[in-house]
Amino acid sequence: MLDAKIPSGPLEQKWGNYKGHCKLVNPANKRKIEVIIVGTGLAGASAAASLGELGYKVKAFCFQDSPRRAHSIAAQGGINAAKNYQNDGDSIYRLFYDTIKGGDYRAREGNVHRLAEVSANIIDQCVAQGVPFAREYGGLLSNRSFGGTQVQRTFYAAGQTGQQLLIGAYQALERQVALGNVKMYTRHEMLEIVKIDGKARGIICRNLINGELERHFGHAVLLCSGGYGNVFYLSTNAMGCNTTAIWKSHKAGAYFGNPCFTQIHPTCIPVSGDHQSKLTLMSESLRNDGRIWVPKKQGDNRKPGDIPEDERDYYLERRYPAFGNLVPRDVASRAAKERCDAGYGVGSSKQAVYLDYAVAIERYGKIEAGKQGKENVSAEEIIAMGKDVVKEKYGNLFDMYEKITGENPYEVPMRIYPAVHYTMGGLWVDYELMTTIPGLYCLGEANFSDHGANRLGASALMQGLADGYFVVPYTIGNYLADDIRTASIPTSHPAFEAAENAVKERINTMMSIKGSQTVESLHKRLGKIMWDKCGMARNAEGLKKAIAEIQQLKKEFWSDLKIPGGINEMNPELDKAGRVADFIELGELMCLDALNREESCGGHFREEHQTEEGEALRHDDKFMYVAAWEYKADHEWQLHKEVLEYEEVKPSQRSYK
Amino acid sequence: MEHYNMNLTLKVWRQSSKQDSGRFETYPVKNISSEMSFLEMFDVLNEELIRDGKDPIAFDHDCREGICGMCSMVIDGKPHGPWKANTVCQLHMRAYNDGDTIVIEPWRANAFPVLKDLVVDRSSFDRIIQAGGYISVNTGNAVDANALPIEKDKADASFAAAACIGCGACVAACKNSSAMLFLSAKVSHLALLPQGSPERKTRVMNMVAQMDKEGFGGCTNTGACEATCPKEISLSNIARLNQEYLLASLTSE
Repeated sequence: MLDAKIPSGPLEQKWGNYKGHCKLVNPANKRKIEVIIVGTGLAGASAAASLGELGYKVKAFCFQDSPRRAHSIAAQGGINAAKNYQNDGDSIYRLFYDTIKGGDYRAREGNVHRLAEVSANIIDQCVAQGVPFAREYGGLLSNRSFGGTQVQRTFYAAGQTGQQLLIGAYQALERQVALGNVKMYTRHEMLEIVKIDGKARGIICRNLINGELERHFGHAVLLCSGGYGNVFYLSTNAMGCNTTAIWKSHKAGAYFGNPCFTQIHPTCIPVSGDHQSKLTLMSESLRNDGRIWVPKKQGDNRKPGDIPEDERDYYLERRYPAFGNLVPRDVASRAAKERCDAGYGVGSSKQAVYLDYAVAIERYGKIEAGKQGKENVSAEEIIAMGKDVVKEKYGNLFDMYEKITGENPYEVPMRIYPAVHYTMGGLWVDYELMTTIPGLYCLGEANFSDHGANRLGASALMQGLADGYFVVPYTIGNYLADDIRTASIPTSHPAFEAAENAVKERINTMMSIKGSQTVESLHKRLGKIMWDKCGMARNAEGLKKAIAEIQQLKKEFWSDLKIPGGINEMNPELDKAGRVADFIELGELMCLDALNREESCGGHFREEHQTEEGEALRHDDKFMYVAAWEYKADHEWQLHKEVLEYEEVKPSQRSYK
Repeated sequence: MEHYNMNLTLKVWRQSSKQDSGRFETYPVKNISSEMSFLEMFDVLNEELIRDGKDPIAFDHDCREGICGMCSMVIDGKPHGPWKANTVCQLHMRAYNDGDTIVIEPWRANAFPVLKDLVVDRSSFDRIIQAGGYISVNTGNAVDANALPIEKDKADASFAAAACIGCGACVAACKNSSAMLFLSAKVSHLALLPQGSPERKTRVMNMVAQMDKEGFGGCTNTGACEATCPKEISLSNIARLNQEYLLASLTSE
């Protein structure tokens, strides 16, 4: 049985009770304990800084040239916190409830409540670090609204909130580097976990500059390596984002939780051609003011400006009047796909819908004219003033759109389409964020824990920082307190030797194939299988086909792969090959999980299971559990179930109408 | 916008390692769509090189949406290429016409040694931050975020400076390879906020000392950095840095 170790007692007292009773490590002992952190995004950098401050000896690793590059940096819209600064009815309970409901009742109550509890501390901590959040004229913090909620609880820094939060965590991390508490290894990639007596005791990593393999010991290992959306080849993830750290750990015994739960974000810039290497998100915050529509007529080829108001279908406002354009991401994405599949899509590919700012520009212009006490203002002046307001709020996003598409979104509506953005699944962790391997923790997007089957906007930053700043510093002590007598294990230990040899052998095998297919071409094929058959809509037949195709692809990978260059040098193709090898195996597990879950929930939409109106239809009687998969052998997994018990919230059919 | 395809000639800096002296090599690329990004054109070229059994061109890149600061190419003499307020990854091929020749080099500065081809080592920037580019507040020490109101203009100015992505284009653009714009952005970000005030003097002194130690050149106020910066970090930050430095020098004990 999987034990999530959720503390007993009333929901709102669980975390307080835990903190009051967990074991502590005294400062003198902390100095002797080494902790390895893999990945330095929001979760990793905040954990590294916090554990360094506590006095642990921390080693942090990232594959980029600096911890400041981690993909958390690209998060645009904001970070949620139950501050209720707007006096609009927010509370810890409300944030907890919205997150559970948004996740379509597939997340753990205890974890989510803790997340809501520490959310306010995160904002305080970031402001103290100098994160320049948006402010009102009175000097106090500003908020905006986001999808799936009816309160304004999102704190932001223009469209660069992730950047500012990461820089805050990065600076705290670099301060610990300067103080000697953290040793930072950049351009290093973890390729294997080292277990001794069943416990995680270190990693094998590759120096990406010279190709050398290195052994590193730690009393505990924290994986903060982010999501695996790049399994789809095209996603909003950075090019380097990968699953390798968590996948190697999975194969070494860590269970993988809900691998098929993928978030497809509704507002991304559409694919422009076969050359496309990645997709770019347009922040959900744009749905605050923008209106989404398609023509009422199928195959309407008129320019958007030539389509009169009464011939436009604002389908989200029509279908979901209560939440309108601010329905959760999974709902908005499926609605866009439905319209495009039915032949109402726009643009040259017809795989796009409009996100229109004309009304917002006019509305803001009028407000601005009112503020300035101007009367008899011309329509042009109003629009000019409105554009200025929109520019201040979303300027960087509009600029980005124009750079990519060559179109001016102040003048013509943006074209958007859903794209893979976030993975709710990840390594299974208990309440303490420990995986099924003792001493191996998993934080942030890399774990499965808080978002159920669908993540609400502005909650990823919250979770990453909650895990790193406020959760793991407590829970890791509860484990390490029993480890204070364990001296550092020399890396000459046979377990390190064996792990390093396994890595060496894998690399040698890949390099010696000398086949004809490039890493990129194989990755593209995997992505197409996943997007077509395990993407926004899934069915049993397609998933079975996908599994067979992926197994075939795996064979081709290991028999016909072509990698240029050598092993002991900087070789980005070799780095990528290792990541794609792991994506292929993960892809198979995702399809297996999607096949097993014969219901629709959140981002997981099984075509066989929908309501008459086409909404996701859950089967709580059969699937109210976390699917935690244990790796057994090639193509072979065993399913373990963590049954979800809802004590506080009564699961119901989600409605945003 | 009309799409078109083009054939181009690329002259790319190739250098196998830090020790190698390096040279330009010429590559023709065909059928490049005007809708591709500049880096996608490199992807196409690299796929061809791999298929032909040649070594692909190493270049740094990650987010490909202009925010991580990893991409770094000097294109026809301009860091990040011809577009204003832009990173290489956001440069699109509609900036070019059929038949163009494009010259591509790495960032060039003593403090940014080339690791391979177009990849340089920018760890000197991290060490400048380590010297003082932070506010010393441990996790858990914070008071309520609204306990300290901050004037909107100051918060906005601080944000504008904090928008720096640490790419190093300012250094690559500067004839002296000075890191003053990078450093001044961090000093301004923190000096404009009341939270940054207690460490104001030590911060600027230590960061400047580290910058000098890393081998960056001095600033002669030419402004090439500001003109190149993808995030339009203002030259006025350098004025503020000088002011902060002077104040710290005159009043420190």
